Amino acid sequence: MSPETQTTPGTVGLFVTCLVDLQRPNVGFASIRLLEAAGCKVVVPESQTCCGQPAYNSGDNASAQRIARNVIEAFEGLDHVVAPSGSCAGMIREHFPELFEGDAEWQPRAQALAERTHELTSFLIDVLGADPAQLIPDTARFDGIVTYHDSCSGLRELGIKEQPRALLASVTGLDLKEMDDTEVCCGFGGTFCVKYPDISERMVSDKAALVKATGAGAVLGGDMGCLLNIAGRLSRLDQDVRVYHVAEVLAGMTDVAPIGAVNNAIADNGKANEGTRR
Amino acid sequence: MKPESLAFSANASRALLDEDLKAALSHVKTGFVGKRLEAISVVPEWQQIREEAAALKNHVLDNLDHYLVAYEASVQRNGGHVHWASDGDELARVVVDICTQAGARTVAKGKTMVGEEADVNGALEAAGIEPIETDLGEYIIQLAKEPPSHIIAPAVHKTKEQVADLFHEHHQQYGLTERLIDRGALVNEARTVLREKFRVADVGITGANFLIAETGQHVLVTNEGNGDLTSNLPRVQIVVVGIEKVVPTLEDASSLLRLLARSATGQHFSNYTSLMSGPKREGDLDGPDAFHVVLVDNKRTEMLAGDLKEMLRCIRCGACMNHCPVYGSVGGHAYGWVYPGPMGSVVTPAIIGVEKAKDLPHACTLNGRCAEVCPMSIPLPKLLRRHRQTTFERGLQSANARYGLGLWAWAASRPKLYRGLTRMSVSLLSRLGRRRGHFRRLPFAGGWTQARDLPAPQGGSTFMSLYAQQRSAEEAGQ
Repeated sequence: MSPETQTTPGTVGLFVTCLVDLQRPNVGFASIRLLEAAGCKVVVPESQTCCGQPAYNSGDNASAQRIARNVIEAFEGLDHVVAPSGSCAGMIREHFPELFEGDAEWQPRAQALAERTHELTSFLIDVLGADPAQLIPDTARFDGIVTYHDSCSGLRELGIKEQPRALLASVTGLDLKEMDDTEVCCGFGGTFCVKYPDISERMVSDKAALVKATGAGAVLGGDMGCLLNIAGRLSRLDQDVRVYHVAEVLAGMTDVAPIGAVNNAIADNGKANEGTRR
Repeated sequence: MKPESLAFSANASRALLDEDLKAALSHVKTGFVGKRLEAISVVPEWQQIREEAAALKNHVLDNLDHYLVAYEASVQRNGGHVHWASDGDELARVVVDICTQAGARTVAKGKTMVGEEADVNGALEAAGIEPIETDLGEYIIQLAKEPPSHIIAPAVHKTKEQVADLFHEHHQQYGLTERLIDRGALVNEARTVLREKFRVADVGITGANFLIAETGQHVLVTNEGNGDLTSNLPRVQIVVVGIEKVVPTLEDASSLLRLLARSATGQHFSNYTSLMSGPKREGDLDGPDAFHVVLVDNKRTEMLAGDLKEMLRCIRCGACMNHCPVYGSVGGHAYGWVYPGPMGSVVTPAIIGVEKAKDLPHACTLNGRCAEVCPMSIPLPKLLRRHRQTTFERGLQSANARYGLGLWAWAASRPKLYRGLTRMSVSLLSRLGRRRGHFRRLPFAGGWTQARDLPAPQGGSTFMSLYAQQRSAEEAGQ
């Protein structure tokens, strides 16, 4: 699809998210590929770090504000801000304005940013009204049964449920089979999982069992936090289930090893990191 | 009851090893979650009722003094007595005084969570008066000498087999010597024992779901009918209730009742929804000779004045805990005080003090399912965050958490430094984790690696540096 055939959706600032930055660059590149395929001009502001959610959820509002001001400054003036995460997009959309309540200078700026910020699949479907059949490249082939974990913040703060499924329906070979309790938390919860490892272990074990019960060969999701948690548990249990971020599958960029695993064929050639670049 | 919320972590870890508890808690999901969904699915105006209910309660809370005084006057008009208790100790004192003056030896008790706040049973026993719980679940845990683990299903943590053992042990004195295991048979056995207790009780104590300011009535919802027997058979009736339970009129109570049972048990209406007011009037066939209401504050006015006001909309349905994956994992006792689950993690620190319950607001993934199902639209995650702010401001979080977070936040607000630090650590971890794709163990990551592997960073470097490299390569190529 060439950008000239449609009205330009404008410039999108990619909010990479700290976990994608640190753990899974492929998700960032996949997001760019999808946004560009939808006709967006994508920029990646250099001064971004994190959305500040760990501080906010720990009750450290002063630190959260400091980090939030950095985000606001980095992304001001762009048409849209898109994050491959419901959790981080939810933080900016729902909580930045709250965080600056009563602050005459920063509250309006936070509010303005909030209104322009979207989670990736929601942006493609709800904002751009993209036709999944046209958007998803033919190379996005993913064979077999997959299941999808609904991450809590995206689901409950942003109403993300059908958007990733609508997009996945256009991926060749992919057969989505829902797990029971797909809307139940996986036990990640940011710092929760290290503060209360025993409880988190029970929750993620329950989730791993539900994934396994579908018979799926892969579990997908839209948030790296949940995916690292689920992948880590599946790996510890030696379960042969691949874990990918939904953006990687949609962009046809699953030639890298699944989260937490090695792609033996590639690793043996000493090229484990290939495929992160387009 | 004596708060043990400070031991939350240890209690939770112990609870997770309890296989009986795990089996018992699985019924919360099958028994409550599915039935609630079924019940609300046939009420198309559900969201509208929720909105109206929240608006109604907000109105009441904004005019609480007015409605409480109106309720007091209505009760007095009906011939009842109204007592005000500012805290749990005062509540216990008032109840014991009334019972002592009535010459009571045994007291029948319907379920009252407010009574648990004050350990009314302990106070009665200390005064030589025997309290007998008449709600089946409360009766079971009274035999087991345990506190409730759920606000509407106090014995939800017990398996059928454990109940069979308890009854077998305690009912032999009544000549019931067979160990029954069938659910229906166990219920009948409890009924046989309790019927006699109702008959001899001098005082009946219940809670109330709603107080009607206009009429002085109270609404009591049960599934076993024990509330009616507790209220009507003894000579003296005492209702202990939080001040937030008042509503203006019967119509208002009826709209809240539409939400209550559906959210709680998935019933459209509870088996018994009773309206009661005052003592027996001339010509009445039954009812108590004397009627008392104790209106309990116990920090509710502080919540009203502070930033936890929305919590006072709670109608105690238990939907939040039924849908909470943490509650579903550890059960109610781990929370260490009267109220467990999400609502408990807001209410407990508010009543007993954040210092004595500092873990509770943090023992939550903020997944929001509680707020989603709350019939009164209480923003539980937001209120938990408020408590978290308090624990941060008062330095109540662990030193590791504070320093770790502080260091990270310091770096995260310095983009250049952050970029350098993350690039270094990621390239190191990438190299170390390349062969397996994950780590089984890592220094300082024990909380994570206890139960799961840590995926190794995928790209060899951070996204930001890979992206920068790609951009400069593209520019060089042009």
